[in-house]
Amino acid sequence: MGVTRGWRAALAGTIAASAVLAVIVAALGPALTVIPIEVLRLVVGALLLVFGLQWLRKAILRASGWRALRDEDSVFEREAAAGRTAASEEHAGLDWYGFTVSFKGVLLEGLEVAFIVLTFGSTQGSIPLAIAGAAAAVVLVVIAGIVVRGPLSRVPENTLAFAVGVMLTTFGTFWGAEGAGVDWPGGDASLPLVLAFVVLLSLGYVSALRRRRLALA
Amino acid sequence: MRRFGLFWWDFVVGDDWRVAVGIAVALGLTALLATTSAPAWIVMPLAVAAVLWLSLRRVAAG
Repeated sequence: MGVTRGWRAALAGTIAASAVLAVIVAALGPALTVIPIEVLRLVVGALLLVFGLQWLRKAILRASGWRALRDEDSVFEREAAAGRTAASEEHAGLDWYGFTVSFKGVLLEGLEVAFIVLTFGSTQGSIPLAIAGAAAAVVLVVIAGIVVRGPLSRVPENTLAFAVGVMLTTFGTFWGAEGAGVDWPGGDASLPLVLAFVVLLSLGYVSALRRRRLALA
Repeated sequence: MRRFGLFWWDFVVGDDWRVAVGIAVALGLTALLATTSAPAWIVMPLAVAAVLWLSLRRVAAG
């Protein structure tokens, strides 16, 4: 939006969405800590599983060739073209299209991140530690961006989506079952086994779908 | 209001509502089994495997 519609509206949208996110996090963070841990793990586990399986499903379909790999260059070109041709309308001295698209993008992506950070933090009893982890990830990404000095298209997006899907599904399975009253054999030590199960399952599905696609070709 | 509801539906449930339903059913079954002496922990990994495969197969079947 900054490049195609101007930085003023794009930055205003980004700042406004960040402020809304800060309010949501400030309100939800303390509220989550008063919910009984079993209820929290059940709800969080269910939501993580639904999110995680969506990510994993798309990543498996892309890895097996059933869905085209996301091409960041063409996505950028498409969005830039849409931004350039959209009608110009001003509200409060701002280009409304640039403001609303930036606001929506930052708020939606931010909500997903805030949800993951808050729920991981609250179910493990340390929201500040989860926030510190998220902040460290931001710093790492910025450093990687400066070191690589490459476009976003160089980021192995599907590998990242695959990893995120696997992690969300693993924690969702573990916490969802615990919240439903399960005692995992070996307690927390079974978490790496659940992770291994989800990884092997996903790779197996990629292989099966690839074979199926080749058989149909 | 409808658009607000659609936004949250899309944000939480996504493009295959069967996944959310499958997970809800599996968690309910797990909660039921957890009150017995049966190994209830097995339900969720099996449910994840089944729900994911069914969702993938729907796309692969066209």
